[in-house]
Amino acid sequence: MTITEKILAAHSDRDEVGPGELVEARVDLVMCHDVTTPPAVSMLEERGMDRVFDPEKIVVTPDHFVPNKDIRSAELARRLREWTRKHGIRHYYEVGRHGICHALLPEEGFVRPGMVVVGADSHTCTYGALGAFSTGIGSTDLAAVLYSGRLWFRVPESMRVVLEGELPKGVYSKDVILEVIRRIGVDGARYMAMEFTGSIVGKLSVEARLTLTNMAVEAGAKSGIIAPDEKTLEYVRERSDEPFHIYTSDPDADYASTVEVDVSSLEPMVAFPHLPSKGRPISEVGHIHIDQVVIGSCTNGRLEDLRIAAEVLRGKKVAPHLRAIVIPATSRVWLQAMREGLLEVFVGAGCAVSTPTCGPCLGGHMGVLAEGERCVSTTNRNFVGRMGHPKSEVYLTSPATAAASAVAGRIADPREFLC
Amino acid sequence: MRGYAHVYPRDHINTDEIIPARYLNTDDREELARHALEDLDPGFVGKVKWGDFIVAGENFGCGSSREHAVWAIQGVGVGAVLAESFARIFFRNAINTGFPAIECKGISRKVEDGDELEVDLEAGVVRNLSKGEEYKFSPFPDFALEIMKAGGLLEYLRGREG
Ligand code: SF4
Repeated sequence: MTITEKILAAHSDRDEVGPGELVEARVDLVMCHDVTTPPAVSMLEERGMDRVFDPEKIVVTPDHFVPNKDIRSAELARRLREWTRKHGIRHYYEVGRHGICHALLPEEGFVRPGMVVVGADSHTCTYGALGAFSTGIGSTDLAAVLYSGRLWFRVPESMRVVLEGELPKGVYSKDVILEVIRRIGVDGARYMAMEFTGSIVGKLSVEARLTLTNMAVEAGAKSGIIAPDEKTLEYVRERSDEPFHIYTSDPDADYASTVEVDVSSLEPMVAFPHLPSKGRPISEVGHIHIDQVVIGSCTNGRLEDLRIAAEVLRGKKVAPHLRAIVIPATSRVWLQAMREGLLEVFVGAGCAVSTPTCGPCLGGHMGVLAEGERCVSTTNRNFVGRMGHPKSEVYLTSPATAAASAVAGRIADPREFLC
Repeated sequence: MRGYAHVYPRDHINTDEIIPARYLNTDDREELARHALEDLDPGFVGKVKWGDFIVAGENFGCGSSREHAVWAIQGVGVGAVLAESFARIFFRNAINTGFPAIECKGISRKVEDGDELEVDLEAGVVRNLSKGEEYKFSPFPDFALEIMKAGGLLEYLRGREG
């Protein structure tokens, strides 16, 4: 069996499960945020089913429209807050202590190997980087799992993504996942578990691995997963005393397909509008004038990402015509970035630094684009209208490429900026 | 179910196009319905009639997990979405809400905008009354039918608990 099949079997009291089977699995952790949770709560309340299965297994972080951008989003946040109080949900992260959900949960030690985690957000697949089965659901699913602690799953086929070689200078896990999605397409792994293996994975930090699994859903996958290794265990033990179980795939496990990428020949990648699969190596990009740069999000708003961006921006200025917005993904990342002097580098270079929020990533606030504007962003989606006007454009890159582009005022190769 | 087809043959129509995030500051379904498909076809809400169908290409509903996408389409009166294939979370959300998301191979090439269709969920057939054609689709899995019959996942869950 694969790691995914083993986790799902263990959580549904089965010895074995295979792709296509339906299981009803116990859920160990539920992630809730400000957009999709209030409707789930209303559904339960309207039906007289207003209870939660276990308040300790629910983590709530308002992140999409915080600090609240308007009256309506404030109302959503209030409903969320009141619900957590009513049910004694302790793990609630109020503005100021908050973070973008998929950066916050691993960082706070909620996610551990072998767990089944769900969240009413498509990028819940991120947590698979720690060896958990983790997937995104909608609000009705969320209501059901909050109420019962269990959920139906179709056991997914697994796709093996083998990453080998040496990462060249200026090429990061974001470039790697953009290349994988370029090859297989935005539905290349539809309904599947993407299992990332190969020597490169072991060399990546846990933070960089979270970027890989974060974007599994951009290939249509149900989940992304990486078998735990020493780095995983170190990361988890630094953050949690709770026990966990390590699963790994059997050598003879069945995979629906295998994708092999030798990363040695990769260049920094740029995904063109309006799909994450429209990646091009930086050498084929040409001159593209941009209006805005966003560095942040659940994909690339962690400390390591900010360090890389600061390395490029140190002592430089962003292009005079351009807005650069840096958004540390969590309050903890913000504080550490301040201690390390990274925020000073950003502000000194002429960037705006925001409190943690999803904000511009989904065209919410804090950097919405006008008609015809172009943005280079370290986020994960560049669909039509994603960051604002339907006629605006988003180009997805690594933090290094985004920072280099901020200085150049056009999409630029970060390798010219790295020593 | 009988209605007219609104055909968007493109693949990967995503949830940002179905209900843009600028409207996600509410979960009021009537409000969401006023903006259904706004970034794909700003004229859609003005022309769709109660019971009409959306016909689309591969991977319909990809992107965000927002169930708001289903609520917006359902709220404006769409009877079902008929697509070559669906993104996973959209499909799950549709079933959970009791809204038919029907996977029907070839449909986006056979049906033209404005064709009158009749959908028979039990038989697994779409009849194109304008063209006199029939297209088969694979019936829903049993668990999905049970959930849809119950009126959605929560009703199903409550029913099971007795
Ligand atoms: S940062 Fe963007 S992709 Fe990540 S959870 Fe927020 S809105 Fe979603």
